[in-house]
Amino acid sequence: MAREGNTRVDDEPVLEVVEVSKRFLGVTALDRVSFALRAGEVHGLVGENGAGKSTLIKVLTGVHQPDGGELRQSGRRVAFGTPIQAQQAGISTIYQEVNLVPLLSIAGNVHLGREPRTRWGLVDWSRMNATAGELLADYGIHEDVRRPLGELSVGGQQMVALARAISVDARVVIMDEPTSSLEPREVETLLAVIGRLHRQSIAVLYISHRMEELYRICDRVTVLRDGRRVHTGPLAELDRIELVSRMLGREVGDIREHGATSFGHDRHAAKEPLLRAENLSSPHRLAGVSVTVRPGEIVGLAGLLGSGRSETARAVVGALPLDGGTVLLAGKPVRRNNIGAAMRAGISMLAEDRKADGIIPTLSVRENIVLAALPRLSRFGVVSRARQDRIVRAFMTRLRIKAVSPDQKVAELSGGNQQKVLLARWLCTQPTVLLLDEPTRGIDVGAKAEVQALIEELAEEGLGVLLISSEMEELVDGADRVVVLRDGAVVGELVGDQVTEDNVLAAIAAVDEGNPDD
Amino acid sequence: MRPSTTPRAADRAAAETSRATPASAARTRRQLLAGVLQRQGAAVVLVLVLATAWVSFPRFGGADNLRDLALQSSFLAVIALGMTFVIITGGIDLSVGSVYALGGVLAAYGSRWGFLGALALPLAVCGLIGLVNGILVARTRMAPFIVTLASLLFARGLLLAITNEGATTYQIHGGSAFLQLGRGTVLGLGVPVYLALALCAAGGVLLRHTRFGQSVFATGGAESSALLMGLPVARTKIVVYTLSGLLAGFSGAMTAAYLQSGVTVIGVGTELDAISVVVIGGTLLTGGAGTVLGTVIGVLLRNVIQNVINQIGTLDSNYQSVVSGGFLLAVVVVQRSLARPRAGR
Repeated sequence: MAREGNTRVDDEPVLEVVEVSKRFLGVTALDRVSFALRAGEVHGLVGENGAGKSTLIKVLTGVHQPDGGELRQSGRRVAFGTPIQAQQAGISTIYQEVNLVPLLSIAGNVHLGREPRTRWGLVDWSRMNATAGELLADYGIHEDVRRPLGELSVGGQQMVALARAISVDARVVIMDEPTSSLEPREVETLLAVIGRLHRQSIAVLYISHRMEELYRICDRVTVLRDGRRVHTGPLAELDRIELVSRMLGREVGDIREHGATSFGHDRHAAKEPLLRAENLSSPHRLAGVSVTVRPGEIVGLAGLLGSGRSETARAVVGALPLDGGTVLLAGKPVRRNNIGAAMRAGISMLAEDRKADGIIPTLSVRENIVLAALPRLSRFGVVSRARQDRIVRAFMTRLRIKAVSPDQKVAELSGGNQQKVLLARWLCTQPTVLLLDEPTRGIDVGAKAEVQALIEELAEEGLGVLLISSEMEELVDGADRVVVLRDGAVVGELVGDQVTEDNVLAAIAAVDEGNPDD
Repeated sequence: MRPSTTPRAADRAAAETSRATPASAARTRRQLLAGVLQRQGAAVVLVLVLATAWVSFPRFGGADNLRDLALQSSFLAVIALGMTFVIITGGIDLSVGSVYALGGVLAAYGSRWGFLGALALPLAVCGLIGLVNGILVARTRMAPFIVTLASLLFARGLLLAITNEGATTYQIHGGSAFLQLGRGTVLGLGVPVYLALALCAAGGVLLRHTRFGQSVFATGGAESSALLMGLPVARTKIVVYTLSGLLAGFSGAMTAAYLQSGVTVIGVGTELDAISVVVIGGTLLTGGAGTVLGTVIGVLLRNVIQNVINQIGTLDSNYQSVVSGGFLLAVVVVQRSLARPRAGR
């Protein structure tokens, strides 16, 4: 599906955004943004978190109404008051999280809101199931469509969402980070489907943080920064560094310097382990996992979804009930199954899902940061506000948290800044071991590089870090040592020069061959 | 770094994931079992209880007793039908007990204007209360619990006000055609039984075979998704609460016709009965799943147990609540274990 110059793209825009502005409570989210989407093109939309991508999508899909400017479809002015109006106009959207109804049947989800009906006005289930089955077969889903959607894998659900979006006679499909929760093979299927859309002259607006995907499928790209459009043009004419530099608004040289994180390897072997987790076992999840982390060392945990990466981290911090195994911190055993004991001993964990297990959106930045450290900061149950403020200011400066004030609600910050708030929360508990579960998921390139650099700094100060990441690049660049998990067991360990993408992938994919790196 | 660099490894990795691990297989089996228990548990228990009662109590299987059982069940079934819709949207309607009593009093009051008056007055007022509930829940996004608690108090207060704190009991004139609604029989069975069956059948079709029904499920299953898919979420909520008010009022009217008067003391705690039979019948208290048939089975189960306890004679009839309470708890525990693996992903 490589894009050559000869793919004919109709120059007539199917959807035009003209000078669109949007403000929230005096904050400008979009500032006179214009761009056009042509029939049959795959158009990338990139920008840091907070650049205005989400707002722009919401304007295009009728969730928000623009304060200024207008939308044009095939040259005619249109306004969408609700998502259904946008859908009826042929604009369909696939969201980052699957927005379907898990308890409803697969067929029910495909047709929801536009079910075929018999002449009595009742839902025609047999026709509905038949058409849903045929439709989904095109997307590589051959399940019984009468089963609840929730029984499919996340990737399968995403495909159903896509099938649904396209079957509404869409002329424009907006995809907001559609691959963020897909397995590699599911990504391939998705990209193949996008190729088909292209041949059907459907325009695709593709939002992603993944450079590889953007360069594989996009014809043109629009870059947003701070609510403004800074670039629109053919993607092939921009190399990656240039693209990133436009997103960040920095010089190319800066990025080369900051963007690449590199760590020395093999310099920790002599030190005594700080964290020694042995034989962690939990039914169906962990089958005797052992991991050690030395001071100043970054240990990566690699493996596919469900391999036991997050479970290992949660077991170490006491959030996963264990049948067996011990956790030793600096040689002393930590009480099992007790998060409080682990925290007091100096182990903190940044959870994978920052929305569900991390930030408390209705609380302020200050409250979110000091939450976990409150027992430490209080004397006789009273917390000194001045002490809180000192700590909060220090972390906001150090982690470069962009917020109007410490009193701003966390929900109003961008994803990257929310993640930094969480990082600050755990750092102010003064841990000696930090467990990071997908610390850069869903945050933009700039914030990602900053978070990665922070992790490196912290390790250099002697903190032991256990890093979980689905991004091979992050693991390979960041970790001194990589432990590979599969089905809840350690299947390989790579040290120093062995830590390469190929070796890690080989270890993950090896079928019952013991340690592939030997 | 993407797998495109090492396609073979990526393919093998993908193949690896698609193979179900023993752990996930065990989880699926457990979920399947829990699912069957949750959906069919009430039916299985009902059959067991019926069989036991039939064998143990000669009077249980008698025509009179069964006729009575069916009649008593029909009043609650109509209320629980409305509650089923409300709970599937993820809401709750605490007002139905008061609205039920109010409906009875209004029917008796309205019977002075004949059959139509006796029917139209409770339906209009109770439907309006339901409509207001629905509008408040859907438009102001207040918690259904609070909104319907307020209308529980409102309806009960209105009832006491129009009956001089219960001192005035409105009688239905002995010759009124309206009495047939509660006391009439067809082929030996009471008219309320036929009405309840017809309403439940219509409700079942509405829930399972219409677009409205699909949007009821979607609203309770994933409200934000339903909104993004352009479903009329607010309208759906307004309709289900209106329906619940109408059905509670109608059940009250049938009760008044049966009792020949508007009794003010009925319906206290009926909302809890309705909620419990709906949940026992397999409707998820968290919304998104449920059936009308399950609710009917839940109603029958409750009343059969009540009936059996009465047959034993030596047991206090309050033990019915003890049994229902225990069963409800068991069902909710099973629902919880069903919901956990889904939520815990």
